[in-house]
Amino acid sequence: MLSFLLLILIYTGLYAILALGQNIITGVTGMLSLCQAGFFAIGAYVTAILTVSYGVSFWLTIPLAGLFAAAAGALVGLPTLRLKGDYLAIATLGFGEIIRNVILNWDSLTRGPMGINGIPMPTIFGMTINPYKKWGFLLLVWVFVTIFYLLLKRLTRSRMGRALEAIKEDEIAAYAMGINTTRYKVWAFMVGAFVAGCAGSLQAAFTLSVTPNTYTFMVSVMVLCMVVLGGMGNHIAVIFGALIIQLAAEFPRLLGISSTVPPQFKQIVFGLILVLMMIYRPQGILGRKRVNYDQLTGTLEQESLLLRVRRIIRIGVKR
Amino acid sequence: MSLLYTTQLTRAFGGVIAVSDVDFAVEKHSITGLIGPNGAGKTTLFNNITGMDVPTSGKVFFKDEEITGMPAHSISRLGIARTFQNIRLFKEMSVLENVMIGRHFKTGKSMTSGRLLNAVRSYISMKGEEKAIYDTSREWLEFFNLDKFRNESARNLPYGSQRELEIARAMATEPELLFLDEPAAGMNPQETDRLMATIRRIREQGVTVLLIEHDMKLVMNICEQITVLNYGKKIASGNPLEIRENPLVIEAYLGKEE
Amino acid sequence: MGSISEFFQHFLNGLTLGGIYALIALGYTMVYGILKFINFAHGEILMIGAYSGLFLFDYFRGDLPYGPLLMIVFFVAMLISMVISAVLGMSIEKIAYKPLRKATRLAPLLSAIGVSFILSNLAAFFWGTKSRKFDYPFDNTAYKIGDVAITPHQILILVVSFLMMVALKLYIDRTRMGKAMRATSLDQDVAALMGINVNQVISLTFAIGSALAATAGILIALDFKVYPTMGAMAGLKAFVAAVVGGIGNITGAMIGGILLGLLETFGVAVLGIPQGLKDTIAFGVLILILLVKPEGLLGKAEREKV
Ligand SMILES: Nc1ncnc2c1ncn2[C@@H]1O[C@H](COP(=O)(O)OP(=O)(O)OP(=O)(O)O)[C@@H](O)[C@H]1O
Ligand SMILES: [Mg+2]
Repeated sequence: MLSFLLLILIYTGLYAILALGQNIITGVTGMLSLCQAGFFAIGAYVTAILTVSYGVSFWLTIPLAGLFAAAAGALVGLPTLRLKGDYLAIATLGFGEIIRNVILNWDSLTRGPMGINGIPMPTIFGMTINPYKKWGFLLLVWVFVTIFYLLLKRLTRSRMGRALEAIKEDEIAAYAMGINTTRYKVWAFMVGAFVAGCAGSLQAAFTLSVTPNTYTFMVSVMVLCMVVLGGMGNHIAVIFGALIIQLAAEFPRLLGISSTVPPQFKQIVFGLILVLMMIYRPQGILGRKRVNYDQLTGTLEQESLLLRVRRIIRIGVKR
Repeated sequence: MSLLYTTQLTRAFGGVIAVSDVDFAVEKHSITGLIGPNGAGKTTLFNNITGMDVPTSGKVFFKDEEITGMPAHSISRLGIARTFQNIRLFKEMSVLENVMIGRHFKTGKSMTSGRLLNAVRSYISMKGEEKAIYDTSREWLEFFNLDKFRNESARNLPYGSQRELEIARAMATEPELLFLDEPAAGMNPQETDRLMATIRRIREQGVTVLLIEHDMKLVMNICEQITVLNYGKKIASGNPLEIRENPLVIEAYLGKEE
Repeated sequence: MGSISEFFQHFLNGLTLGGIYALIALGYTMVYGILKFINFAHGEILMIGAYSGLFLFDYFRGDLPYGPLLMIVFFVAMLISMVISAVLGMSIEKIAYKPLRKATRLAPLLSAIGVSFILSNLAAFFWGTKSRKFDYPFDNTAYKIGDVAITPHQILILVVSFLMMVALKLYIDRTRMGKAMRATSLDQDVAALMGINVNQVISLTFAIGSALAATAGILIALDFKVYPTMGAMAGLKAFVAAVVGGIGNITGAMIGGILLGLLETFGVAVLGIPQGLKDTIAFGVLILILLVKPEGLLGKAEREKV
């Protein structure tokens, strides 16, 4: 039982990372991408291939997995950027399927439908992180969740993050304000993909084997659900969303009633979540938190003297 | 030499020639009006100058450099800012954030370090950069008397203030040339008066203003130069008195008298 | 077999495949034309249509031997499942899309993805994930014309899809309601001002699109099997067809569908693209067309006015 709970938490962590990546693309920048499973797959396969066939250290493959996925993200992003909402969704969905198809058919590299087995367990300071014992992995995965959370939160609170949000709100106005919208959109895709690639790397090391059928459209939809449920654009909410979706998906097994609840149950729940949330609470459970810049940069009362003087000079005496 | 001029600028949408062979100029430090009946091609001319649209033929020069066909973000960085006929605010963002977006590229590059280095540095220590953006944005909000709304969502502002916010956002990019597309549309007389004062104050900042407007009182009052478009063609240009008396203009507005 | 007859064989196969794509693409295009959104659940409506066709046909046929009577039974089953799908399509619109008409563009799309998930999994729940066989209502032995083989099934597809497309085209071009649909797709607000009941038009659009999808579902099901996720891939490809033809354009959807069918068939048979990557052709085409001519073959370039 405990072991199962740990398993859920590990998967929650992996999905939370995927969802954080998706959040940059969809929640912050407003591009509906359905390709997260594809980036996830690339990350997992990079780690699988590099560790199994080339003996590269797992730790080194994490950033490499991210970089490969980011390259794929740029590849997806560049041609599809001109597309609006729906078109983008379909095109990225297509890309996700292409990635899976290529993996399935590139036997010499990926061993096709059989997948790759025998991925070595990662070691750190001479200790092995044994996936079967779970605790170590739980820690590892959530360390990564925390790192990505902090990095991405920082990112969205900077001028770059504001630019991404402006693109979501009104791309034409953002363009007119001097924001290179094309570059930022590709860039958002690359960041989202990078993060997903890293998640793939962790997943490969956890399951010790990878097969193409892990990375279906279903995964992309689940990730999207997490972002929508938590609250688009809000990083902590998205992690929260991942937890709820995981619990919802696994609660029959958690309660030990999995034999009476049909396997389709969870997908139906995801579908319902998407529909109901859109109708009743499109901003998600937590919604988007607005940054309080007054607090962030010193309060109103403590305005610098310089600011006050400059303001008076600028306004002139007339007002 | 004029701050901005076009030579034989033409934009055709299939059969419709929205802008046709227009030679148009804006003098430095002036307030210039662009008028004409509905569908005359005023907005299209704006779009083709500001990079939102690419002309079919003809050229655009700003500060004697050709900017024809450049992307809008580059043109914005060169010093042309604009507002839109159908207000385009970042509605879900706060009033302050809207103006902060205007500061986007002003803080992007640094004199002392390369772009990448600067990006990394500003990522690590956001405080300084954010503070600078914040302070300047507040100044611009003050300038437009919008500071009290700064933490409101832009969508919640009254209509007139939304128009002002859009101008504030444009001014935050510190342009040399400001394009206003029907800034007084939907404003009541008091708001229009305040707008006129604001436009004059903007010019006092050393900014050249070009505006499209249907409100003749406003145009005749504050513009030194006026250009008139009709069916995509420039039919007149001159000072308000000349324009008021130009028979072609009268005809365009009132229709030909038989 | 001479290369000419080989060509005709592939052409025929491509044409039948394309006819089906076209039928499905019409649903996407009609909805897009009016609501400017992609009905992601369209493929699932097709699947439900195929299932109901299968059940009805099995139920009605009894021990009937091949013959005219069995064909009639088949068409009756097809008609009823068209009605079922139409009602389903309209209900989905009312429940899941209509409340979102004023929402952001992402909202109905996400809702549609949700609906498609619900439908395919409900199907899996009630009818199992095993694929079922839909029996031919006729002896499907191929006829030979020279070296080219054509099966009665292919004839059925060609005839049915051709008739449906002509009927639809006439309906939209000639009837009052068809004009209302065209007006609504041009400008919803103005159409409403002119006294057109926009809600009714939208419902009708969903009904027609869904009925066509049911037909396509049954036609597919005769050759391939019926299973809960059968709509996904077919729907995606048909969407590509709609985009290739110019989304929102009825004739475009027909042309796009047939073109895609031909491309896939010739891609595998002539260019030697491996069967495993066959599905990739459609997406490659999609991305290519979006890059080169995003408005599609017959679509009008639509620029956001600023
Ligand atoms: N993107 C476009 N595609 C096709 N035609 C266009 C487009 N933009 C403008 N037009 C056409 O170009 C002509 C000029 O339009 P424009 O918006 O420039 O006029 P305007 O002078 O700004 O009018 P208004 O005073 O009503 O704003 C019109 O006939 C319009 O229909
Ligand atoms: Mg205009």
